[in-house]
Amino acid sequence: MNLYELTIHQLQKMLRSGEVTSVDVTKAIYERINDVDKEIHAYISLTREMALEQAEDADRKIKEGGDIPPLLGIPLAIKDVLCIEGVKTTCGSKILSNFIPPYDATVIKRLKANGAIFLGKTNMDEFAMGSSTETSYFGITRNPWSLQHIPGGSSGGSAAALAADECIGALGSDTGGSIRQPAGCCGVVGMKPTYGRVSRFGLVAFASSLDQIGPMTKDVTDTAILMNVISGRDLLDSTSLDVRVPDFTAALRDDVKGLRIGIPREYFVEGMDPEVEDSVSDAIRLLERLGASSREISLPHTDYAISTYYLLASAEASSNLARYDGVKYGYRTDDSNDIMHMYKKTRENGFGAEVKRRIMLGTYALSSGYYDAYYLKAQKVRTLIKDDFDKAFKGCDVLIVPNAPTPPFKIGEKMNNPLQMYLSDIFTISVNLSGIPAISIPCGFSKEGLPIGMQIMGRHFDEETILRIAYTFEQNTDYHLQKPKIKL
Amino acid sequence: MKISKEEVEHIAKLARLEIDEKEKERFAHQLSDVLNHMEKLDQLDTEYVEPTSHILPIHNVFKGDEIKEVFPMADPLSNAPQKDHGHYRVPKIVE
Repeated sequence: MNLYELTIHQLQKMLRSGEVTSVDVTKAIYERINDVDKEIHAYISLTREMALEQAEDADRKIKEGGDIPPLLGIPLAIKDVLCIEGVKTTCGSKILSNFIPPYDATVIKRLKANGAIFLGKTNMDEFAMGSSTETSYFGITRNPWSLQHIPGGSSGGSAAALAADECIGALGSDTGGSIRQPAGCCGVVGMKPTYGRVSRFGLVAFASSLDQIGPMTKDVTDTAILMNVISGRDLLDSTSLDVRVPDFTAALRDDVKGLRIGIPREYFVEGMDPEVEDSVSDAIRLLERLGASSREISLPHTDYAISTYYLLASAEASSNLARYDGVKYGYRTDDSNDIMHMYKKTRENGFGAEVKRRIMLGTYALSSGYYDAYYLKAQKVRTLIKDDFDKAFKGCDVLIVPNAPTPPFKIGEKMNNPLQMYLSDIFTISVNLSGIPAISIPCGFSKEGLPIGMQIMGRHFDEETILRIAYTFEQNTDYHLQKPKIKL
Repeated sequence: MKISKEEVEHIAKLARLEIDEKEKERFAHQLSDVLNHMEKLDQLDTEYVEPTSHILPIHNVFKGDEIKEVFPMADPLSNAPQKDHGHYRVPKIVE
């Protein structure tokens, strides 16, 4: 086995036993990146020097012995939406292409305190607005399973880096599916924790009532390990809740006896790719054979989720992105003689088409005369969607649904049709609207050899049951062990 | 809902975005498409439904008025596109 193929938990053991050094593994990963990233383009920037310094430091600490934090010497990829002190953080946008944050995001601070190593910043849709990683100012990312297909988005860089073994673990962010959908497209694991579970301080804001940071990993055990480190209250983010953080690795039990799975009928509709439907149905049958029970339930307002989400997310984005005005940081146009002209030109040149489209949509929904009809209406429908989940979880422990209606689509296929692109998010966005946690795990492959993912959704702050089911499924299947043959 | 070119110009002005003629046409068309789809929400009677702005059971989160070292203060001008004598420099604002 090549060193770059390791998972976090495998590398933990090998580092502790002295079988390998962190420097060896880090160097092996950079060689791997050198070999494959010209084609995949998972990274926007690499932090080789810093990473090797961190690795040497980790090796020294391991040698010294004593208390070894869980991530000591483990190389991770970080989505370029998260601030690392002194490291360029672009959010996939020209407008932040020269931004060097003077501070660490809270999750980064926690990872550092636990010994993690940062390999670089991964590609993403500009400002995390997209489902395909095609809107990045720094170019597209390709799916390691098929270079003609999208890796999903917006955390497509982190997902592709995992699938192509260009990192050991990764972080992403999820506003409407941006961790789960790319994880599904690339055959890896991705979890959106409960809203309030992880501090967003230092995450470049997109839609603040929906954004959440989460782990993206090669298997479920690694997700639990990262959840242990990044979760918990932070005074710098008043939406991070003061709730108990369990040891998530204790939830990893190969046992689903007595657990009740709900299958929302609205997620298995006509027009869905039969390969996706079959894979997810087979997965549910396997869990039943292992002792879980399942029954059909209804989430009656599912059909309204896309409209609700795109109104609310765009409205919040139009407000959050007002800060990019060329005054205090980021790109500023050279061509400006009065302040209004400077604002408008900076934003015209600094933002890409999709970001502008969402700013326009959000500004419209918030503008005088339309606020009640669009923004307030969407907030009310959000209540109905959330109530659907509350009711469903009275009779079920988790819900299992596909990740997306189809396997990953072709690069370019939906770029000129924003509505079609938005509709592809149908199965992931309700989770953000209702704030619940959900994981995406691999559950099959299409005839073309593209990964298919399924989601397990749980109650607020019940990531443990989700992890238990995901772990059991993983122990009884081998989808997570398959590797793409990257055509170079 | 059909969005006109004039409405696109108005929204762009509110959003402080410069948009060229070709983009105006394209945005008018694409935004109309998206808003048409969103009209689906009108099918629902929400007269007696409370709006949800976020899902947490918290409202205001207050902190004690205590001096704490929570966040290292870096040079706030370190990322400034233009600076002058410890200030941000921008084009002339008042005549």
